[in-house]
Amino acid sequence: MDRRLCEEHIFRGLMYFSVAIVLCSLLAVFAIVVIKGASALDIAMVTQTPQGGYYLGKEGGILNAIIGSVYLSVGAILLATSISLPAAWYLQQFGRASRIAHAIRTLLDIASGIPSLLYGAFIFLIMIMFQARASLLWGIITVGIFIAPLLTRAFDEVMQMVPEKLKEASYSLGATRWETVFRVMTRQAFPGLITAVLVSFGRAIGDAASVLFTAGYTDSIPTSLSDPVATLPLAIFFQLATPFPQVQERAYASGIILLIIVLIISIGSRYLSKRIARYSIK
Amino acid sequence: MSDNEISVKNLNVSIDNREILKRISIEIPKNQITVIIGPSGCGKSTLLRSMNRMIDLVEHVKTEGEIIIDGNNILDPATNLSALRKNVGMIAQAPNPLPMSIYDNVVYGPKIHGMRDPAILDETVELSLKRVGLWDEVHDRLKDPASALSLGQQQRLCLARALAVGPKILLCDETTSALDPISAKHIENELIALKNDYTIIFVTHILRQAKRLADYVVFLYLGEVVECGPAREIFTNPKDPRTKAYLEGVFG
Amino acid sequence: MILQKSWPILSTQPLTELLFSSSWQPIAGNFGFFPFIMGTVWVTGLAMLIAVPVSLLTAVYLSEYAHIHIRSVIQPVIDLLAGIPSVVYGLFGLLLIVPLIKNSIAPVFGIATSGYCVLAGGLILAIMVFPILISISYEVLRTVPVEMREASLGLGATRWETVKHVVIKKAFPGIVAAIILGFSRAFGETMAVLMVVGNVARVPESVFDPAYPIPALIANNYGEMMSIPLYDSALMFAALLLLIIIVAFNLAAKYVLVRLSVVT
Repeated sequence: MDRRLCEEHIFRGLMYFSVAIVLCSLLAVFAIVVIKGASALDIAMVTQTPQGGYYLGKEGGILNAIIGSVYLSVGAILLATSISLPAAWYLQQFGRASRIAHAIRTLLDIASGIPSLLYGAFIFLIMIMFQARASLLWGIITVGIFIAPLLTRAFDEVMQMVPEKLKEASYSLGATRWETVFRVMTRQAFPGLITAVLVSFGRAIGDAASVLFTAGYTDSIPTSLSDPVATLPLAIFFQLATPFPQVQERAYASGIILLIIVLIISIGSRYLSKRIARYSIK
Repeated sequence: MSDNEISVKNLNVSIDNREILKRISIEIPKNQITVIIGPSGCGKSTLLRSMNRMIDLVEHVKTEGEIIIDGNNILDPATNLSALRKNVGMIAQAPNPLPMSIYDNVVYGPKIHGMRDPAILDETVELSLKRVGLWDEVHDRLKDPASALSLGQQQRLCLARALAVGPKILLCDETTSALDPISAKHIENELIALKNDYTIIFVTHILRQAKRLADYVVFLYLGEVVECGPAREIFTNPKDPRTKAYLEGVFG
Repeated sequence: MILQKSWPILSTQPLTELLFSSSWQPIAGNFGFFPFIMGTVWVTGLAMLIAVPVSLLTAVYLSEYAHIHIRSVIQPVIDLLAGIPSVVYGLFGLLLIVPLIKNSIAPVFGIATSGYCVLAGGLILAIMVFPILISISYEVLRTVPVEMREASLGLGATRWETVKHVVIKKAFPGIVAAIILGFSRAFGETMAVLMVVGNVARVPESVFDPAYPIPALIANNYGEMMSIPLYDSALMFAALLLLIIIVAFNLAAKYVLVRLSVVT
């Protein structure tokens, strides 16, 4: 009996230890980025674009990257939603046991699992075929395509959670399948859909590998779709790559900015979904 | 040493601040089948599960009072739960075989409690399965998964599994309600045969079953013991009007 | 769909030489992929070695032991971890892990290193993989019916014994699927690893050596690849390798998960 109790205690201890590791990791990431970055953070970072010699330590900020990331991500989300929502609706048409639906979902899951780097590489190849240069447009396309499978699946899951009786109520009133999907399911699932969009937005804005070759980089704010665009993650990356400590510190500050944006989105989407959910039926 | 296996004294159980059991005090006689009757939702299962501390698994549960088995209050936090559950076995409502073979299901308990000798384990399996009348049906396929058995067989397996650890008390929580009538009858007969060696407490809301099985009856209503006593007395001459009403089918 | 298509060309060199040759000199026309494959193996392997036990234990804790209140605190934390962008992890790695290894950990073993090594990549990757491993394992553990746990406990088993013999047994295929998915995520992770792992094209010999995993290879050189003959198709090949491995892993995991929910 003692041996068994001992074993129980040992594993309990290991479990607490593991949980502690996980929690501490999060804490550590936040703490380090915030502490190191806070000293370099100032208003100029957020409000100015890089002036001449920025990368050599002169003035400027990363406004180009902030705005660039926003342009890019918003564009990507719009693109992705316009693909994903119809796709999710389409999926809802099939019954639960449908083999086609299952196959499509499997395909989507696999597509979600492919690293963003490969999407970037793929689009780059296409760009070469068209002899196009890296630009905002291509960046939007890349991130949009990369996010689409994730978003579709998320929409799909949310809509699947709509209770059967709601759909039945709609059908029994004479609505067609499509009408039911549009009017009833989407309305009921709305909070979940919004949450899915926000979460994807968070992923889009934070991703670097996909935009590495496709969106280019620039010090100015793009004025058209064919301009190259700077993104926050790349800003961090390139700033770190310089040999100047002041610039490296700016990278930490950029890190905080990115982190804060992602945090706001994450917490915001939680809060929002709770509020909007008041109107849906349990 | 009294003739009673279990002594419940002033037991109060509440879950989520709702009182489920109030001031329960009963004595469970040894080597008899005690049936706890009462309408659904009156705390019968809760009472049963208090006797092997399985009630602890419920969130926000609070227990007060004493349950004395073998001279020890098992509600004491210092109680060795593993030993308690070795002594007090439980067979649940729906069969719940473990995800293993028939053989492994039966030896799971003994192995946990330290039995290692393969010869003794084999013997235990044979004995337990024979006790519940399963041996002839499964002795040639002991390595098959337990899930391959029919529901009635699975429930008998659960009984055999409980017997294998060598308890003195058996708690049966509506053990036959998920079974077809024939399997249910089998289990009932086995329990009757077992009572010479074990103290059995059986919870049911089926009065006819209670009348078939009981030596001693406890009538539980709305969390309180309304009446308790030898079966013959309770069924033919109930003293409390509520008992009378229940037996006549007025409610429940 | 989008997935297949146009990973054009393999080079003209024989496949085995590509995979196992260790010399990587693009200009000279040598494209031995071995160092990169080994680099990926080392870093991913180390990451999983760290991540699997920690994640499993955490998932078990959340599923079997934790009170609802504790769970509701820990789960958002895990979601937050999942949402942190890759570059920020890389930043974290640069700021904390690399110096830590250089100044504190390596000297304990008597080794001198710049800190940019397999260990750094492995640690960061492990943290990045925690959320997916924990959440899938947790979901899988939850599918084990309560009655089974009760059966085991009712026979006198301790909580841990119940977990060991009953819960994990039943949930095993699902846990394997979770691990496979975690692996696949770790393989493809680019930015964070790239920033801390050293990017030196040599087969690592210890966790303190730098390495050059395949995603890092692709990311670093993609822009220049047009200038050297065969370089582009070599990188394509690297990308193809990555794609094949990841798709295979995902398919395998999906298969296991489907069987679990169909058979159970």
